[in-house]
Amino acid sequence: MLIKQRPSWVLPESEVTPKSIYLNRRKFMTGAIGAAASLTVPGLLHANDASSGLKALDYRSATEYSTDEKKTPLDDVTAYNNFYEFGTGKGDPAKYAGEMSVDPWSVEVEGECERPGRYALEDLLKPHDYEERIYRLRCVEAWSMVIPWVGVPLADVIKQLQPNSRAKYVYFETLHDPKQMRGQRSLFSTVEWPYREGLRMDEAMNELAFLAVGLYGETLPNQNGAPIRLVVPWKYGFKSIKSIVRIRFAEEQPKTSWEMLAPNEYGFYANVNPEVDHPRWSQKQERRLPSGILRPNWIETTKFNGYEEQVAHLYKGMDLAKYY
Amino acid sequence: MAAITKRVMAGVAAKVMVFCLALVPLALLISDILTGSVGPDPGQAITERLGLTAFQILLLTLLITPLKKLTGWSGWLRYRRMLGLFVFFYASLHILAFLQLLLGWGDLWATFTKRPYLVMGAAAFVLMLPLALTSTKGMMRRLGRGWKPLHRLIYPAAGLVWVHFLWQARSDITEMVVYGVVLFVLLGLRVYWSGLSSLIPLRRG
Repeated sequence: MLIKQRPSWVLPESEVTPKSIYLNRRKFMTGAIGAAASLTVPGLLHANDASSGLKALDYRSATEYSTDEKKTPLDDVTAYNNFYEFGTGKGDPAKYAGEMSVDPWSVEVEGECERPGRYALEDLLKPHDYEERIYRLRCVEAWSMVIPWVGVPLADVIKQLQPNSRAKYVYFETLHDPKQMRGQRSLFSTVEWPYREGLRMDEAMNELAFLAVGLYGETLPNQNGAPIRLVVPWKYGFKSIKSIVRIRFAEEQPKTSWEMLAPNEYGFYANVNPEVDHPRWSQKQERRLPSGILRPNWIETTKFNGYEEQVAHLYKGMDLAKYY
Repeated sequence: MAAITKRVMAGVAAKVMVFCLALVPLALLISDILTGSVGPDPGQAITERLGLTAFQILLLTLLITPLKKLTGWSGWLRYRRMLGLFVFFYASLHILAFLQLLLGWGDLWATFTKRPYLVMGAAAFVLMLPLALTSTKGMMRRLGRGWKPLHRLIYPAAGLVWVHFLWQARSDITEMVVYGVVLFVLLGLRVYWSGLSSLIPLRRG
């Protein structure tokens, strides 16, 4: 009779910790370490939150389009947003935009063009190389930031879609999905969803108009308009529509959300202009964020947000007080 | 005798507690400032929070009369003056923060007369000014029967504050609607109990 003697180091199967518990312990430990770290360094947890799930992007620096002004820190860019689909508080988007799923994502291209259809985001972007542009962003509420965007020139994407001669305007729409966007479920919201924006064709083809897919070198956090958003730096921030799902080439000037909401306060053009006040506040100055605690960081607002040289020709002969 | 002293002590303790509670919003704000969690636009955030606190305490002062009616306990009245003065305190801080941390002190006249929502806020503050000044026992005695009609100015002031709040909305007015409903109910109860004339300030009787 053979008696199998077990060496002392061999453990029976019954003593093996199940894999799930083993993995849970690891998860618990990383969680605990993270929590402990965040207790000692308050900013840390925050930074983790903003960057979780974001991918690093390959890009070249387009310095010819970039300002050398001091950049607004990443934490502020990702914690202070207007994205009413997630609530009107500045902190709401950072809190709730995680409820939106951005992968997979597709963009419906329609209207006056040769290449309409439903594009997976990757296919829309495949032909293009990313570049980084550090732009000023001037909100109509009289605050501003300096943000390093990563993306592609809007003109390149438009050329790829081949608009025809009837295309005089480009229209954009944000995702409309109340299940993922709690602000769209609000009873007393006066926005007629989806959020809509538009540009005249020559504005859209201007070298500054940009489709951003990232900021600070990584893919866009949801609260900043992931996975793809417009950036038109010479116009007030609300023109830079987020989380785009529809691009339409149109013959007629499209209706845009803020114009629909309060036509006496917001126009189709919405060019940054210190000479034309908002009916409720002055546009002569802006608070460059982060602003100081004891003294606000007021700076003078410049015409076309400082991009006059590149865009003023688009509006030659137009009365900008009338077409605000 | 001992029982009376105990009651007085309890009354004082309750007042001290209400006083401390009314300072909690300020303490939280200061702690957020010190820990850097008021965000990148602190002037805006601080101004908004102080204003909202003033409005909330204002609604609390308007709750006292209905509470007295509904509970039959007149002890609530003991806290009204203090709460009223806290409204004035937070409203003053709100305006100071607006000027020092947000807008700047240049051309105050233009600041408060040009923008309609600021006209509303400034008007509400002007209405509250005589109320704060006549809140002492001596002034109450001196004004006698005129005191109450004067202090009904808080009703139009509350309405102006609400309009001031509403006119800052850019699109979603949920919060404004909620505050508006509360204010409407608080004033509506008075009309229901004592008639519309009970809301009219500066009129005796």
